[in-house]
Amino acid sequence: MTTVNINSISKDDLPWIVEYDSEKCMLCGRCTASCSFGAIKVDVQKRKKVKAISNEEGFQIDEDQKAIPVIKQVIDEHKFCRGCGICTKVCPNGAIKITRNKTEIFGTRYRAKTADSIKRGGRNNLHTEGRTLDKIKVGRISQMTDPSLDAIRHTFDLRTTLGRVVSPDNLDFKLVDGELQENNTQNLPVNTSIYPIIISDMSIGALSPRMWEAIAIATAYLNEVKHIPIRMASGEGGVPDKLLRSKYLKYMILQIASGHFGWNRIINSMPYMQEDPAGILIKIGQGAKPGDGGLLMAQKNVKLIQEIRGVPKADLLSPPNHQGLYSIEESVQKMFLSMNCAFNFKVPVAIKVAASSTSVSVYNNLLRDPYNIVGGFFIDGIAGGTGAAHEISLNHTGHPIVSKLRDCYLASVHQGKQGQIPIFAGGGIGMNGNLAADTFKMICLGASGVFIGKLILQIAGCVGNDFGRCNACNTGCCPIGITTQNPKLMQRLDVDTVAQNIVNYICATDIELKKLLAPVGNSTLPIGRSDALVCVDKNVSDRLQIQYVC
Amino acid sequence: MCRIGSIKSKKYIHPSMVLKLMRSQQKGHDNSGFALIMQDLGGIFENYKNLPILSMAVSDDGMKYAEDLLHQIGFTRVFQYNMEVFPEESLEIETMPNYVFEVFQYPKNYKNSTKKEKEDLLLDTRLKLRAYLEKNDEGYVYSFWEDVISLKEIGNPNDIGKYFNLWSEDINLRAKIITAQCRQNTNYDIVRYAAHPFFLQGYTTLTNGENTFYEKNKLLQQKLHRGYIGFESDSQCFLYTLHYVHKILNWPLKYYKHVLTPLPFEEMEKRQDKNVLERIKSSLSNLEINGPNTTIGVLPDGIMFNVIDSKKLRPTVICKDEDIVVMTSEVCGANEILPDRDISKDIYTNERELVVVDNDLNIQRISQ
Repeated sequence: MTTVNINSISKDDLPWIVEYDSEKCMLCGRCTASCSFGAIKVDVQKRKKVKAISNEEGFQIDEDQKAIPVIKQVIDEHKFCRGCGICTKVCPNGAIKITRNKTEIFGTRYRAKTADSIKRGGRNNLHTEGRTLDKIKVGRISQMTDPSLDAIRHTFDLRTTLGRVVSPDNLDFKLVDGELQENNTQNLPVNTSIYPIIISDMSIGALSPRMWEAIAIATAYLNEVKHIPIRMASGEGGVPDKLLRSKYLKYMILQIASGHFGWNRIINSMPYMQEDPAGILIKIGQGAKPGDGGLLMAQKNVKLIQEIRGVPKADLLSPPNHQGLYSIEESVQKMFLSMNCAFNFKVPVAIKVAASSTSVSVYNNLLRDPYNIVGGFFIDGIAGGTGAAHEISLNHTGHPIVSKLRDCYLASVHQGKQGQIPIFAGGGIGMNGNLAADTFKMICLGASGVFIGKLILQIAGCVGNDFGRCNACNTGCCPIGITTQNPKLMQRLDVDTVAQNIVNYICATDIELKKLLAPVGNSTLPIGRSDALVCVDKNVSDRLQIQYVC
Repeated sequence: MCRIGSIKSKKYIHPSMVLKLMRSQQKGHDNSGFALIMQDLGGIFENYKNLPILSMAVSDDGMKYAEDLLHQIGFTRVFQYNMEVFPEESLEIETMPNYVFEVFQYPKNYKNSTKKEKEDLLLDTRLKLRAYLEKNDEGYVYSFWEDVISLKEIGNPNDIGKYFNLWSEDINLRAKIITAQCRQNTNYDIVRYAAHPFFLQGYTTLTNGENTFYEKNKLLQQKLHRGYIGFESDSQCFLYTLHYVHKILNWPLKYYKHVLTPLPFEEMEKRQDKNVLERIKSSLSNLEINGPNTTIGVLPDGIMFNVIDSKKLRPTVICKDEDIVVMTSEVCGANEILPDRDISKDIYTNERELVVVDNDLNIQRISQ
């Protein structure tokens, strides 16, 4: 007989410890009902009190035995507490709370027990280095020599270009009576002007339909009512028929990734489209799990998702590569043949790649492409989020975005082609909660715009953070209703409130962007204006070629 | 702060007139230098209209090298005018040993060459000469072009005028277009090349203000044309953009305004020519400026114009009488030159227009 099974997972091994106070608990059951992971359960504890009572006959033993109903943490490598804190939120008496287990042994135990890699959602959780963008300040403030603008009274033109921009000597103009006119509009690639922030690119499937709908509503509202021409990228999961056939399609960038999920439906809808989409984004890779394809676990692949994507019930594993693309030249040709042709050359076609040591080579090649096909270069850094990935990819593969963006921009300057393929940078943008500051700094470093994902989920109420909290988007058990297909959990998400919060956040960002533009004296986006930035870290300033200050 | 001024006249005028124009604006600049460019020349250069003139401030060795280089290329000197100088101890001026204007005949093998071939030759020769002078610290070459002379010096403009005896009118130095300013590049290093007006292949600009998109402008311009060099001042960008838009792209002048200060997207969308304007904004976004600036420019055919930024409204006033048009930073300068004009006809360029003065001194306000 053993008294202790030292090889089993114990409570102390779990990443989060549930602390419960039965004195305060009124047994309402809200915590267990709301825990979407099944990480706590109602149990019974045996309590026994023994009293020795002296009397005339000597002494007497008095035993008081009780069975107490309690809330107990489940100790299991699958149904473990993710630290989402919903139980604490719903408890009326403060009887339950969770704390992070600092021992960090769970990963070891999990691998030893299951022979499987850990999968999760969220972002890189390692925090081995400080955020580069926080070391950069907007330091070139107009004083005396150049008056600052007034962020409230001046007008600002906060738009950027999506689409392949040709060099000025290739503009196909003719001169008629002193006026320039386009010679042949078909000869030039399409350019569109959009807000420099793109909500990108989370699929229906990864997100619940209600969350995806909330983003789509917010996007349409920002465009139609607030006149902020923001765009939303669909993610690789298709688009609902109604949206494909509505006038709001013009605010959507449709994504095609290696799984081609949802494209059957998109193609079938094309004859019925009232508007062209805002763009096509060919996803080659993503920053959170570079070199890996999309991953949607079977538990999230419910009937609706199967219909939109045109797939059976199964784990959906997009291949790491687009099958059949073996070189940049060929990729370019295929983009040309498929996407540009499909939309009659009226829709910009961009690509999204994971930031990598090879990004500059890729970008150089695309810039030199004589057919002017690629209309945008989306680079996604290591701090990007995901709905599901192997943790080893999340924490240990990828490339920080800031220097990669800078390298690509400076490569374009070297070619004299800056701005010709607009660079959109993502991966951790807005991670500190301030999207405007990150956006502005990235623009000054050479980005034409940025794309954001995780931040939008946080605006919607996501409780996950980058210190191991929740990060369970892959499980389908999202306690907020954001990354789940469980109808009951989805009901927790109020679509209108989420849409409203996204609209509010972007409106606030718009104000804050102007509050950064005004002091540097600019009314249009200072793309590549790195002299507006200073840096308090010498290594970073050297690497990015911006002024070091202390 | 810069103060800039230009005079376009039906009759030949003397540089003393621009000195007077700038003197009254003295409180608005810091007396750190004086530079002028004269175009459409009279006086001693009137008979050499179709021949290039080299304007230099050089050492003796620099001068010898320049002459050797030009002779080696095949140029033949037909006339030389050395600026006479009148040194006094009290004058605030940093001088060079020689101030030279030399007129050359084109090489014989260029007899049947096109205009463009000759223009390229002049530019390449000047660049070669500048590279040598710079490397060996032997002086400065400001222009090598037909019917144009340039002079730049560091010091107090009053004293520079005295040193070259420019305050007294004479019959030697005369021109129908003179542009000038009285300031050195005091934001950064004091370098003769950094003083406006700037000149390239017949195009002249002088700019007041600070180009907040200097970095963006410069990074693109460096790759656009071999003549876009130096960048000692952020105002040179205005010249290079003008040259690129008007000469290289061959677009009408009004598109210079669209490149510098494009209309906001929302306004563009309402225009009939929106497609062209959007293309220009996208393709030339790196040449956009964000002010505060005003630029006076002169085209090879003598057209003079003014544009300002679209937000900070750096001012310029344009005044005229029968024979003269004055463009300058402050109206006190114009009052000095044209005291009896009808001031109700003075023009203060607005943020969405281009003001153009043709060779008959007709003024056109072209709305963007």
